Amino acid sequence: MADPMRIRAQAAGSKINVRVLMSHEMESGQRKDVNGAPIPAWHIQEVSATHNGAEVLSAEWGPGVSKNPYLQFTVKNGKAGDKISVTWKDNKGESRTDEATVS
Amino acid sequence: MQTRREVLKRSGIVAGLLLGAGLLPGAAQAYSKNAFEAKSMEDVFKALGLPMPVESAEVMLTAPDIAENGAVVPMTMASSLSGVTKMLLLVEKNPSPLIAQFMVNAAVDIQYQTRAKMGESCDVYAVAVMAYGKTMFARKEVKVTLGGCGG
Repeated sequence: MADPMRIRAQAAGSKINVRVLMSHEMESGQRKDVNGAPIPAWHIQEVSATHNGAEVLSAEWGPGVSKNPYLQFTVKNGKAGDKISVTWKDNKGESRTDEATVS
Repeated sequence: MQTRREVLKRSGIVAGLLLGAGLLPGAAQAYSKNAFEAKSMEDVFKALGLPMPVESAEVMLTAPDIAENGAVVPMTMASSLSGVTKMLLLVEKNPSPLIAQFMVNAAVDIQYQTRAKMGESCDVYAVAVMAYGKTMFARKEVKVTLGGCGG
């Protein structure tokens, strides 16, 4: 099981600023190991986020996103105490969901 | 003997199941594998079925002028346009230029920040895909001191 994400969701006026740090290798598939054999790609493909259960973000990522990906976005209407949940799914079918409370 | 009503009801159930399983085309957003594997900007837009973008001042891209470490280059793309359905992030000279695509949702500002790998110094593009099919871009040149794609 992958390590948990770090999600920081902060209310700023009527908006919520969400910052997510995911823990993932994001192997590009371009690199070779010490024997010259290519290392297969292993990266997050799909990212989605919900605000109090309603989907607010959906994205597709390729191997070009950096290792341990960072994502920041702003929810237009929200307040402290709301729930932000983020899910990712990688190309090996593994996935992880974490939830944070807006502060 | 099956009545027409029964048949319709059954096909409705089957369609519902297919929808649930994401098997019906267009029902669920399938991962755009071809676009992410495309080797050039032209091929990315071809794979997505989009026209080549035109430059627009209403699409914004923030990235450093010089990136010391090509493995982690922070990039923010934003747009003040209305009617944007998707935002794409591309690094021109990467082995596969398409980095990410975000489906724009009305509940979230059109502003996304992430970090991308860059193999060498080149232009970075933020592209807004409009509801009526047009695409617009913002471009920024980023110089990379140490590439992030090799071993």
